[in-house]
Amino acid sequence: MPSRSINNIHYDLQTRQYILGDHYVRRSARNIRHVRPLTQLVWTGSFVDQLTSEGKTSTLRDVFYSAQAYEMSFADQAESDDIITDLETVIGHSREDFNVFPEERSAIFGDLTIQYTVRGYEGKQLNLASHPDGMMIGPALTNAEFADCNADKIIAIEKGGLFTRFIEERVHEKYKAILIHTAGQAPRATRSLIRRMSRELKLPCYIFCDADPWGMHIANVIISGSANAAHLRDLNTPDAKWCGVWASDIVDYKLPSDPLTDLDIKRLYELDKDPRYDGKLWKKEIASFLKNKRKAEQEAFSRYGLAYIVDKYLPAKLKEMS
Amino acid sequence: MALQEVFQEISAADFFYRNRDIAGFTNPTRAIYSTIRELVENSLDACETKQIPPEIYLRISHESGATDGPGVYRVRIEDNGIGIPHDIIPSAFGQVLFGSKYKLRQTRGTFGLGGKMAILYGQITTHGTATIMSSTGPTKIHQYDLIIDIQKNKPTVLKHKTHPNENRWHGAIIEFSTEADYTRAMSKILDYLMETAIVAPYATLTYVDPRGRLYRFDRVTTQMPKPPEETLPHPHGVDVETLKRLIELTNERTLVGFMRTHFHRVGRTIATSFLQQVNLPTRKNPKKLTPEEIVTLVNGMKNYKFLAPDASCLSPLGEELLEAGIKKELSPEFIAVYQRKPSAYAGFPFIVEVGIAYGGQIEAGGGIKLFRFANKIPLLFDEASDVSWKVVNTQVDWRHYKVTSDMPIAVFVHICSTKVPYKTVGKEFIADRPDVEREILNALREVARRLSLFLSKKIHIAHDKHRLDVFQKYLPKIALFSTKLAGKSKQPDVSPLLKSVLRYESEESEEDIEDA
Repeated sequence: MPSRSINNIHYDLQTRQYILGDHYVRRSARNIRHVRPLTQLVWTGSFVDQLTSEGKTSTLRDVFYSAQAYEMSFADQAESDDIITDLETVIGHSREDFNVFPEERSAIFGDLTIQYTVRGYEGKQLNLASHPDGMMIGPALTNAEFADCNADKIIAIEKGGLFTRFIEERVHEKYKAILIHTAGQAPRATRSLIRRMSRELKLPCYIFCDADPWGMHIANVIISGSANAAHLRDLNTPDAKWCGVWASDIVDYKLPSDPLTDLDIKRLYELDKDPRYDGKLWKKEIASFLKNKRKAEQEAFSRYGLAYIVDKYLPAKLKEMS
Repeated sequence: MALQEVFQEISAADFFYRNRDIAGFTNPTRAIYSTIRELVENSLDACETKQIPPEIYLRISHESGATDGPGVYRVRIEDNGIGIPHDIIPSAFGQVLFGSKYKLRQTRGTFGLGGKMAILYGQITTHGTATIMSSTGPTKIHQYDLIIDIQKNKPTVLKHKTHPNENRWHGAIIEFSTEADYTRAMSKILDYLMETAIVAPYATLTYVDPRGRLYRFDRVTTQMPKPPEETLPHPHGVDVETLKRLIELTNERTLVGFMRTHFHRVGRTIATSFLQQVNLPTRKNPKKLTPEEIVTLVNGMKNYKFLAPDASCLSPLGEELLEAGIKKELSPEFIAVYQRKPSAYAGFPFIVEVGIAYGGQIEAGGGIKLFRFANKIPLLFDEASDVSWKVVNTQVDWRHYKVTSDMPIAVFVHICSTKVPYKTVGKEFIADRPDVEREILNALREVARRLSLFLSKKIHIAHDKHRLDVFQKYLPKIALFSTKLAGKSKQPDVSPLLKSVLRYESEESEEDIEDA
């Protein structure tokens, strides 16, 4: 299988994401160091084969525990997660394709009607604006078809509080948007869903995160993908736009802010060298962070009233970015 | 009135009585240990002189006083040695510095007062008499009850009688009371006896302790090392005082003759050439040397390249006996012994013998156990000051020999010499003389090399077993899961694969060795 070691991960300008290079690794049952992970891989293969043939889904944690029934125990979940990544690499499909999902936490809300394909719900339709807390992005939603859409853009938000505020302030109506709560780093299923909506429904995507290196990177991973998923394709949305909160916004909007920590600054220097940060905007904002040495959360806009971010900041940004 | 200082001559016995620390009789704990040690060593020497396999019986019994502190104990030792001619028994045991040890020969003790110091200490702590019975083999056994007159350094015989000797027994029995803190000394005494058994595998030692417990160390061989021969002093090891004494004794009329007669490996040619170099006339009468000339002679001797001392006067244990001793007391899984060729320091010949053992009764953890011996005596105190300790712990790179500190490994170092280079008068540890240090290091490297071969084999076997375990665990699972995954029902048989695991591994092991 293709090697996932750091020196075999390259940035591909064509697909604008990380991909694996030409190095391959060989696992042999003759090798004492290989026999255990190879056995685990074969077990995982037979486990997900059974899963898919029965139309059931599982989670990463489930797989970790299920192994113990076969005296195949993994040392910890990190080890079983790693073997699942091996299986993805071997067969060139993401784990969602063989019904293994992470712990769901991401959510979606907006005027999009989907049609289920999962067993027992085939053909059933649901409008994603029908529940005011938003809908959890799980296996059923990930596999659904898009039936009808009245939105003309996607807005992805890092924080749950702000996602709820946007729904309350009826952003989905005012701006004809589908709202996505990434809950920190967006899970793969969410990234894949954003890509599908962006491709199939031709919707532009705008991303709002905290104004710090970590928030900035949430946006970047949605746009350019992660190094961890270099063995997979079709998870990134190269045309999505990072709209804020920028380092320059802290100054421009006089937001309450905190000083950057040493760790934050170290991370900024790392990102500065990362090929995914080659764009003009990224370089300008990294420079701005390093110059002002301040960071702010999305909630910082609340100093101007709860509706300010929706009524003033959001339209300004959408206008600037489109 | 002017104060007058009183000068008083003291006897040898008096001197040692006042300075008993020197001879290892510091306190009741050390005293009983030293007593046992001196008695056992005298007995062993008495047997080895005539190559009699030693049969030694030792008993300590409690007489009075405390048992958890200093009390009075009775000590008895019996041996089957050559015995002592009856007319010199009183002097041999009742006069300090009387003995057979003031010649240049490898012996266990060198004070010439070991046994006597023990008796002297017993006498001053208990006011008791010592009973000595001995025979050299004829029809009578002589018994003396005696005390030492400390001020005169003379024995006082209280009783002398004879017993018939029908069995033509030869040997000696010594019995007396002494003050001792046995409880504290016990573990050292037992260590001492066990280590003596290692270094004298041809001896049978029987010990009955104060609580009536029997300890027995049986001989495993009757083969004994050749007894040491007496030798002349080597010129390198001579000082002014020794030279003066020799001049007093000599009957030679010329310096050449004097050099030839009284020094080790000096012949006419060497003597002539040496005397020319120090500018002394070869025909000069040695008794007419001026003090300045004597000093010139001694200094010249130190610098002149004489022949190295010959080691025939030494009595090493030999590889076979050292191995037998270690095996019998520790039954190790692996053992290697090695004897270096004779070498010399400052005109004194010496031989280093070493052993290394793995497993058996050697405890694991806490690093390498060190057993030190000098002239067949176990050395138990002040280990960290000894040259062997320095070599084992700071000079040998054990990692190079695959040795780790958690392994059950013991190292044995035996140095024999006409003059063991002890660092202090206590004679418990050996000075780090460069010649001695080098010999120990080279000897240890040799046995460590052999140990490392054993260890790599052991590691390979463990490695192979581990591999088989791993493949045994996983191959059947691969067969099971891949059968399921392929949708088949009949599982392939992995047992032929498991058989090939070891064959395959042994090939790989060979590669590993080549790499190393």
